[in-house]
Amino acid sequence: MLYQFKIGWRYLTSNLIQTGLLVLGVAVGVFVFVFMSALIGGLAVYLIDQTVGDISHVTVSEPPLAPAQLYPESAGALYAIENATGREATLRNTTEVIATLAQLPGLVAVSPQLVGNGFVTRGAVVNPVTVVGVEPDKVSAIADVAANLVAGRADLPTGSALIGQKLATDLGVDAGQGLRLRSDQGVDMTMTIIGVFEFGVAPLDERTVYVNEKTARGLFDLRHGVTRIELRIDDLWAAPSFAAEVAAATGLEATPWTESNGQLISGLDAQARSGDIIKGFALVTIVIGVASALLLSTYRRRSEIGIMRAMGASKGFVVMVFLTQGALIGLVGGLFGAGLAWLALSPFPPPGQIEAGGFPIDVSQGGFGLAVGLTLVGALVASILPARAAAKVDPVSVISQ
Amino acid sequence: MSAPEDIVVIEGMTKNFGSGDATQKVLKGIDLSLAKGSLAALQGRSGSGKSTLLSILGTLMKPTAGQHEMLGQDLGRISERDLTEFRNRHIGFVFQFHHLFPDLTALENVMFPSAMHMGRETRAARRRAADLLVRVGLEDRIGFRATALSGGQKQRVAIARALMNTPELVLADEPTGNLDRESADQVMDLVREINAEDHTTFLISTHDEKIADGCRRQIHLDDGQIVASAPPAK
Ligand SMILES: Nc1ncnc2c1ncn2[C@@H]1O[C@H](COP(=O)(O)OP(=O)(O)OP(=O)(O)O)[C@@H](O)[C@H]1O
Ligand SMILES: [Mg+2]
Repeated sequence: MLYQFKIGWRYLTSNLIQTGLLVLGVAVGVFVFVFMSALIGGLAVYLIDQTVGDISHVTVSEPPLAPAQLYPESAGALYAIENATGREATLRNTTEVIATLAQLPGLVAVSPQLVGNGFVTRGAVVNPVTVVGVEPDKVSAIADVAANLVAGRADLPTGSALIGQKLATDLGVDAGQGLRLRSDQGVDMTMTIIGVFEFGVAPLDERTVYVNEKTARGLFDLRHGVTRIELRIDDLWAAPSFAAEVAAATGLEATPWTESNGQLISGLDAQARSGDIIKGFALVTIVIGVASALLLSTYRRRSEIGIMRAMGASKGFVVMVFLTQGALIGLVGGLFGAGLAWLALSPFPPPGQIEAGGFPIDVSQGGFGLAVGLTLVGALVASILPARAAAKVDPVSVISQ
Repeated sequence: MSAPEDIVVIEGMTKNFGSGDATQKVLKGIDLSLAKGSLAALQGRSGSGKSTLLSILGTLMKPTAGQHEMLGQDLGRISERDLTEFRNRHIGFVFQFHHLFPDLTALENVMFPSAMHMGRETRAARRRAADLLVRVGLEDRIGFRATALSGGQKQRVAIARALMNTPELVLADEPTGNLDRESADQVMDLVREINAEDHTTFLISTHDEKIADGCRRQIHLDDGQIVASAPPAK
């Protein structure tokens, strides 16, 4: 055993109450650090799950039609732009595009969709809706309709529709009843409500009607092509780069979810930053606590340190005695705090499974290793000043005391 | 300039504290040599410079001017690092206040100078430290914490600690200053015994005439100068 380690250890164990309090203080700092990491991480998982859980990660569509140039020969620029056509540009070579997409690593699900606007009516109630035509076997490929069904079934035979719980309530209908849908192309259809879903997301629950792809073609008078292709990929955060790959491979427009959820992203960023600030404060508290306790100890042990120097202890030896103490306090306090945090946080369910109003704690994001590592480094840094002060003690000044 | 048997020689040594008008001249030109195996008392009024001289001899303090040679080495010319090592190997200290390490046992206290030299507590050091504790009459206190010993016992542990690395010179600054007559006499008997058996050189500052009389040489310091040294060094 290193002798400086032995002396450092003796110093720490000579006053167990004082050392215990110091270690406890460090542990509380580490607890706060881990708690904040798990909470901020869990909140992010929860919010992303709430938002992105039911939406497309990357949406592929035809680039918007360039406005027609009406006067090609004129000297000045003269454009006429037709606004709000109601019908979007359609993607025609769907099969080839899907074949190309299938080559890209990380792709999890593909759902070609026909999307249009319409109204549902029942009695005097008229509600504007977005009609999404999907292939019957891909009803749950993007938004997991099947898992969020509150009534009926989640398949889509021709002539049936899946609607949200909110819309069903507004209209006063339930699964098994009929629904009149009129598209913005003026096509009227009556269909059976085969199922009712509830995602807890207003745009889906209030305004989305899923129909069979064939039904949608009839409603919107589209014989070929689709409006868009929605994709899900394995790594949520790779969406921007995946979208860029898609655009390069297909020449189509590919929009990652991050682009249309800028507020969420910046919100999460701000949240992570405030979490980092709190964690930073926790670390600073640890450093100040350890530094002041050790500085007090160098002061109390001035005469011992001076005698050690007189007996042949080098400055390096004295420095090491105090660095050892810092490291031990950091390590023990760090492990103790991390252990406490683990015990306290692991009973929380993962943020994907919490009830409304629950604490979204993600233990796996607690950053336990980082917390212990930073605490150890922090405690070592904190002991530099006391160690240097101790090494400067002049033996002569303490001998006569 | 020095006889071969002198282990320490100082010449023209001065020590000033402060600077400018506030300069205090504490040592004013000291010439002194100690032969190997001598047992010398350093006497003088309070403030005459005894502790200052011992600190310089112990390399804990630099003189303002003068030569300081020990074991043939010019100590004015070696680095602080080497001085620390030199001190560890060749000089033992006993102080008025025992200055034992309170968190270490008697045995660990005695082993300390060896641990500084070896980097750890060796088995050989443990054996020697135990022998030294037996020699100072503390075989039944080996595992005691320093704080659990009496004043006289502490001072005997301190003597054992000073002897641990078999130093050529032991400097003792009023080692019996805090002890009662009986303990002081015990400590002094011990010093005489070690000096006789091991030929370790002792320089002991003291206000105690009986202690000084127990030494084979008396050096009188007055106002920073040696006024008498009797009987003259052989
Ligand atoms: N670090 C210092 N700074 C300034 N003056 C000092 C310092 N150390 C000692 N002195 C002065 O040097 C003089 C001699 O002090 P020293 O401690 O050597 O005396 P001493 O002979 O050991 O006295 P005592 O018998 O009381 O122990 C004193 O006047 C003291 O005030
Ligand atoms: Mg003195």
